[in-house]
Amino acid sequence: MTNERHKKLGLTDDDVLEMYKTMLLARKIDERMWLLNRAGKIPFVISCQGQEAAQVGASFALDRNKDYVAPYYRDLGVVLAFGMTAKDLMLSGFAKAEDPNSGGRQMPGHFGQKKNRILSGSSPVTTQLPHAVGVALAAKMEQKDFVSFVTLGEGSSNQGDFHEGLNFAGVHDLPVITMVENNKYAISVPIERQLASENVSDRAQSYGMPGFTVDGNDPLAVYEAVQEARQRAVKGEGPTLIEAVSYRLTAHSSDDDDRQYREKDEVEEAKKKDSIITFTTYLKDIGILNDDIDKSLEKEISDIVNEATDYAENADYAAPEDALKYVYEE
Amino acid sequence: MPVMSYIQAVTTALREEMIRDEKVFILGEDVGKKGGVFRATDGLYDEFGEYRVLDTPLAESAIAGVGIGAAMYGMRPVAEMQFADFIMPAVNQIISEAAKLRYRSNNDWNAPITIRAPYGGGVHGALYHSQSVEAVFANQPGLKIVMPSTPYDVKGLLKAAIRDNDPVLFFEHKRAYRLLKGEVPEDDYVLPIGKADVKREGSDITVITYGLGVHFALQAAEKLAEEGIDAHILDLRTVYPLDKDAIIEAASKTGKVLLVTEDNKEGSIIGEVSAIIAENCLFDLDAPVQRLAGPDVPAMPYAPTMEKYFMVNPDKVEKAMRELAEF
Repeated sequence: MTNERHKKLGLTDDDVLEMYKTMLLARKIDERMWLLNRAGKIPFVISCQGQEAAQVGASFALDRNKDYVAPYYRDLGVVLAFGMTAKDLMLSGFAKAEDPNSGGRQMPGHFGQKKNRILSGSSPVTTQLPHAVGVALAAKMEQKDFVSFVTLGEGSSNQGDFHEGLNFAGVHDLPVITMVENNKYAISVPIERQLASENVSDRAQSYGMPGFTVDGNDPLAVYEAVQEARQRAVKGEGPTLIEAVSYRLTAHSSDDDDRQYREKDEVEEAKKKDSIITFTTYLKDIGILNDDIDKSLEKEISDIVNEATDYAENADYAAPEDALKYVYEE
Repeated sequence: MPVMSYIQAVTTALREEMIRDEKVFILGEDVGKKGGVFRATDGLYDEFGEYRVLDTPLAESAIAGVGIGAAMYGMRPVAEMQFADFIMPAVNQIISEAAKLRYRSNNDWNAPITIRAPYGGGVHGALYHSQSVEAVFANQPGLKIVMPSTPYDVKGLLKAAIRDNDPVLFFEHKRAYRLLKGEVPEDDYVLPIGKADVKREGSDITVITYGLGVHFALQAAEKLAEEGIDAHILDLRTVYPLDKDAIIEAASKTGKVLLVTEDNKEGSIIGEVSAIIAENCLFDLDAPVQRLAGPDVPAMPYAPTMEKYFMVNPDKVEKAMRELAEF
């Protein structure tokens, strides 16, 4: 990373430090979830590790006071940037009644929070893409200047809803930004067995929109791509497809063993490009971060995660008969 | 009071709701300039413009999914599936998304979308332009399924569907579109979703049905009345969730119940109606519950001989009613 790149993008030192903190918080929450899972305290984890730069870089390029996001299950960084708290996420991990995503109804990673304009998601992949297009259609109909932002994995870009949704958005020039977080694996199946084209972004052409492949380990590169996409969208110039390439540093989920299908060396190699490390280096090189600041940040975040964990662990579950609530409007 | 056809009642309800609430918009295939392949949205494009009567790409999952997204934002989309048979690519969006949205978000999000689709046979539509698909969706809590039988019910129930804060599937019998005419008040009335309606009071036998079956039963009842058989006819109107109280009351009233659907017999709506009666009305029954339905073949064939064989019609209903009365 070259000197002061963030300033050329209009980001202040405080902005990039905030980005870094959000990335680090996402990582630390995720790591804690794994510990809790392995300790038998929570049944399931699905990870953001390796994708924080793309998630946070993109989110910071959006208007976090009015844009809508339709995240997928790895987007811890997106939902944190959009206002969800560590406590909220831990409540979801422990499936407690106060979990704002679902009140403990859904598995962790199934985000949703209306007050922060985070659309509720499900498990069948890519269904959220047409939803984001629908929100963008509403923006166009109501002549509002917000955009919608939707993410998914590269494997999910094979679904019909990807094609149907992007084509719809392209036909009607809708203000929707689609970011495929290409982490090279759809559970066990590598990218070359998922895509016939070299890049996911190659597909953009057929939907009449620009498509870009960017380094998903570089939050500033992702920021730049999403910032430009947002500017086009609010000017009425339509949708954009962005592919942020990184690597999935963990197994697919807590129920997966990635030693069955990939080599340890490959993972170790990818860890050298881990954005938490490379962004730390960038911030230190330009003097925004030093060991003292980093240490105090680590402490601050560790306290946040500890407090959230304790709170969530001690919070109440929903009453059994609450399972009957909210099928329809009450 | 004006008399209008079933499809005119659809158009009227849509138009009135679009005037009442600017969040209401229509999306679907050929709904815009053409006004729909059945002309259900006739004139609305000219009146409300391109973005409130939106011609979408030919992709049903997007029609449902984009509609759901717009509904989550706060719009009131009315999505049209050109034929109920073509709803299948949208099933994931309807069942995994629309039906579960309120529940899975613990009441945080909801999807006030109406999905209209013409269903039903007897129109030389063969396998893929004739099906009844309600049973596919009728074990999905979170959804409501409305299937009106008269122009009056169409207008009141379609308005209710559009105003409902949960997803509603609104299935319109395509043969009823121009076949059925009736009085429809000009005023802005809404009928309750989830309530069945007695279409004929009677004391000897009870027929419980919906859609075109209601008319077949009414025609048969007039003939049977001449023979002294007095039929009670309950129109389900909403086939999911069912109006259990009305079913129990209608079944108990005569003790002899015939259930009619145009769908295949096994696994259809009337099987659930039968279960409700079995659970609640055993000691009021004077005969085994009877079912009249399409045969258990994948869908109705094109050739008129086989189509006629498949379809429920007034003669078949009359015969089944008479046999039950004589039991």
